[in-house]
Amino acid sequence: MAELLRTHPLEAWTDTFAALPAAVGITVEPFVAMADVRLGALAPDESARLGVDLPRTPNTWVPAGDGRAVWLGPDEWLLTSTAETPEELEDRLRAVLVPHGGAAVDVSAQRVSLRLTGERVRDVLARGCALDLHPRVFRRGACAQTTLGLAGVVLLALSDDGSDHGVLVRSSFAGYLADWLLDAALEFTTTEQ
Amino acid sequence: MTSTHRTVEGGRIDRTTTLGFTFDGEALTGHPGDTLASALLAAGRHSIATSVKLGRPRGVAGAWAEDPCGLVQIEEPFPEPMLLATTVELYDGLAASGLPGQGRLADVPDSARYDAVHHHVDVLVVGAGPAGLAAALTAARAGARVALVDEQSEAGGSLLSGTDQLDGVPATAWVEAAVQELAGSPEVLHLQRTTAFGSYDDGFVLALERRTDHLGAAAPEHLSRQRVWRLRARSVVVATGAHERPVVFADNDRPGIMLAGAARTFLHRYGVLPGREAVVFTTNDSAYDAALDLSRAGVRVQAVVDARPDGAPHRRAECDDAGIPVLPGSVVTGTRGVERVTHALVAPLAGGEVGASSAVGCDLLLVSGGWNPAVHLYSQARGRLRYDEELGAFLPGDDVDGLAAAGAAAGVTDLAGCLADGQRVGRAALASLQLEPAADDRLPSAPEFRTPAAPMVLWRVPDTSGAEGTTQFVDLQRDATVADIARAVGAGLRSIEHVKRYTTIGTAHDQGKTSGVLTSGITAELLGVPVRATGTTTFRPPYTPVSFAALAGRDRGRLFDPERVTAVHGWHVAQGAVFEDVGQWVRPRYYPQPGEDMNAAVLRECAAVRTSVGILDGSTLGKIDVQGPDAAVLLDRIYTNLMSSLKVGSVRYGVLCGVDGMVIDDGTVLRLAEDRFLALTTTGGAAKVLDWMEEWVQTEWPDLRVHCTSVTEQWVTFPVVGPRSRDVIGAVFPGVDVANEAFPFMTWRDTTLDGVPVRLARISFSGELAYEVHLNAWYAMAVWTRLIEAGRRYGITPYGTETMHVLRAEKGYPIIGQDTDGTVTPHDLGMAWAVSKKKPDFIGKRSFARPANTDPRRKQLVGLLPTDGSTVLPEGSQVVELHPDGVLPPPPVPMLGHVTSSYRSAELGRPFALALVRAGRSRIGETLHVPLDGSLVPVEVTASVLVDPEGARRDG
Repeated sequence: MAELLRTHPLEAWTDTFAALPAAVGITVEPFVAMADVRLGALAPDESARLGVDLPRTPNTWVPAGDGRAVWLGPDEWLLTSTAETPEELEDRLRAVLVPHGGAAVDVSAQRVSLRLTGERVRDVLARGCALDLHPRVFRRGACAQTTLGLAGVVLLALSDDGSDHGVLVRSSFAGYLADWLLDAALEFTTTEQ
Repeated sequence: MTSTHRTVEGGRIDRTTTLGFTFDGEALTGHPGDTLASALLAAGRHSIATSVKLGRPRGVAGAWAEDPCGLVQIEEPFPEPMLLATTVELYDGLAASGLPGQGRLADVPDSARYDAVHHHVDVLVVGAGPAGLAAALTAARAGARVALVDEQSEAGGSLLSGTDQLDGVPATAWVEAAVQELAGSPEVLHLQRTTAFGSYDDGFVLALERRTDHLGAAAPEHLSRQRVWRLRARSVVVATGAHERPVVFADNDRPGIMLAGAARTFLHRYGVLPGREAVVFTTNDSAYDAALDLSRAGVRVQAVVDARPDGAPHRRAECDDAGIPVLPGSVVTGTRGVERVTHALVAPLAGGEVGASSAVGCDLLLVSGGWNPAVHLYSQARGRLRYDEELGAFLPGDDVDGLAAAGAAAGVTDLAGCLADGQRVGRAALASLQLEPAADDRLPSAPEFRTPAAPMVLWRVPDTSGAEGTTQFVDLQRDATVADIARAVGAGLRSIEHVKRYTTIGTAHDQGKTSGVLTSGITAELLGVPVRATGTTTFRPPYTPVSFAALAGRDRGRLFDPERVTAVHGWHVAQGAVFEDVGQWVRPRYYPQPGEDMNAAVLRECAAVRTSVGILDGSTLGKIDVQGPDAAVLLDRIYTNLMSSLKVGSVRYGVLCGVDGMVIDDGTVLRLAEDRFLALTTTGGAAKVLDWMEEWVQTEWPDLRVHCTSVTEQWVTFPVVGPRSRDVIGAVFPGVDVANEAFPFMTWRDTTLDGVPVRLARISFSGELAYEVHLNAWYAMAVWTRLIEAGRRYGITPYGTETMHVLRAEKGYPIIGQDTDGTVTPHDLGMAWAVSKKKPDFIGKRSFARPANTDPRRKQLVGLLPTDGSTVLPEGSQVVELHPDGVLPPPPVPMLGHVTSSYRSAELGRPFALALVRAGRSRIGETLHVPLDGSLVPVEVTASVLVDPEGARRDG
């Protein structure tokens, strides 16, 4: 195992996030292994060989063991895992996919994973996301590739009541998005005088 | 000053609280619920400012956004220009002044917050008057997601301005109950003080909510002052009511002249008597309500001047009871008074001829020429308007997909009709959404409607004043008159759009709310064509003015544009780096030591790299994982040179061209496996190159079994550069044999550091011995720190983009986008060696055979050395050639090219430049000139590689 110190892009925001009220909770998810998956000639219904039945419905995600499988495109998925190292995940997937002309690419450090929870989190998201995130249309299992503020994100609905969302953002944009979220939440984090 | 014109009771103001404010420096008072205009009128003050061109006194002429006159500047608490006194809610400490047409921007930054919110609904209802409330209730009761927005401070619309009864009690009680019912519906968003100002395709409506403006200095800082709502609705109900229209007559602009309905609003809503003695001039029944209400409130109504030959017979008895003289078949031809109207000039009108006028004393002249439905949102959504001859108004015509007008906005004129129309349109919206109306969706009962006498369509009264229309104001804000329209028509203009632009009518803050349709009518009269043929000008957003601050929202300051940073950004900041923007990336430009300017720092950094070792954060380089059995085939087609022959473990520099054969990007390619490559792009080209590859794979070569994935932020890239780089790399990564023979130039090796995979690559962008360190960004800081520690004994020097640019320019390595501009081929850059002659095809190949691409006179990349050894040529400078006799050719002097890069060189001990110069390579050794500050700087043309042309340094 690695002894080298890992540094999270949002390390400097941890204390600020921790002080937020429950209505607009922001949690930085720790280092998660992620791989971009292309099936190539492997039939989607054979994707169980990857350890998960990949979601076929556009803009959805499913649990995959201790991680998630996120639909990104007609032949593109994002697989996450908290049990494997990035290399283990990529190697395992490539072993299945390469013989079929598919591909798996380690993108663990490409994105940062945030979790937004609380009864006002949908109001915060509405300040910068043009999509309809009402629980009637965006409930657990839904995902979207969209923009939040001026950053591209993958948004995951983690609950049926709109109070729990996962956000995947490019690592280089993470600081911007963190600042943006804190600013967007100001109305709910400032106590009335 | 006391509130001389306040009623004893009534109005929707809080008389128990007194607010202090100043206007034009005068201290005045009002109450919560007042607007600035109502508070001024309560003090007997009509006059607001003088007009923009003619300097004529102007006052409050309307009660809301239709007012063409009452522009004010707010001075306190924050300076803001061009607001209407009729729409500014009064607050304690307000300081305002009248504006003669033009405002003054604040000279201090606006510290208030502004934001935007996206909101999606099934049904959006614009306007909370009777029709809008009915529509919203119908939709909400059916369980639809509803948004109801209204621009006033409270719901009710026209019901706030009258004495209507619903279910036998004042209609405002029904309004309160409706608002409460909506508040209890979880899927209803109800916003007051919110103006829907633009409607667009697919049910997209923009609205501005004024959240804290009315709180003045008490506004909480953490709340946005204004908010732009980005509303998306499956169905939009436009229940925006109607604007009253004046009639044009001579001197119709004096303070004290206002719309009849506005006077009713001031009376009933604000408890204000706009005058003591009134004359009412009308073409329709609605103004009788104003006359009677004002009379009951104690105003002496001198006369109702009704242009219709028979007037309104069924209102006659009421007027007689109230002692109000009615003059049917009469018109107001003009007025007297300067600061305030003193007399209305009344004359009989018969057969289009005006008789002799008599002066009737008054301090208030109310006017009604009919009602224009507020069709703005319908028209913006490209609804086609239809002219109604009887009403003299433009009404919504055919339905627009997903958008319908209801109530007065659709031309309905009575309360019961508006309620029913709102419910009807609300139910139609539900039907389109496949929702059933609720069983208990009932309407309140309204008094029976008395069919009014037919209105008369009268745009203007013939001018008997002798002024020939020059005092008959159509657009009061623009000081534009009937004479101006006549001049436009006389100049041959027939299109209403041209008349608008010629006269400027309708271009002020109110966008012609009172003047637009009048102009159509008057223009039609002058042209002798029907009004429907003239039509209206185009309604465009915004409906009312919106400040740029509100539109900018939170995208200001640091949030204006995302700052992308690398995994070791914090280290750069701690080292005091000076940063520069590279696209959205923020990169260290140089690391100044105490006392150093950029020149000194860059010269030091360059010298350190060329003599010992430096380190750069190159993580911003674009990186694309190209994977699949046909990966090599794709790269052979995308790059100009051969990539399929690259061996696993090796690296090759490649150039990418567009189909025109012009260079679009460049970078190195690492072959990781038979079926896997890592392609590095320029920082700015990362997204473009990935899109480029995807476009070709998806549209032209879908048969290729290859997948491209961005890994730009997966891998950090740290070039360790200089003659001592081998020592540093060897010390940090003992598992790698760094000897030149074992690890030659343009190869890569995988290793691990404490179990973490690391890839090292012998790639040089400086000509020096160099290693790029690639690894998972999680471990970036730890590895960067180790490299710095290991390099300390060699004085390892972190360097920024500026030094990187100098070092590469000394070697003649171009920066795509700086030394190229989309018209430069690889051959122009001296890189014919990077263009394969073996490959059957690749993007750009065909273009290289075109005569223009092989013309020896093309601009080519060369080096320039200013012969004085000291001038740093500005990038962008032109390069010219003197005649053999040393004289500059006569103008226009032929330009041979321009300087693309220019720096001081520590290695050369002098400044140098790269330039694109016509037939440049054939000019090597010649002296050309660069005009600079009025003189000509001689420069020697050289090869583009100025340092180590033999490449002796790259292996250390």
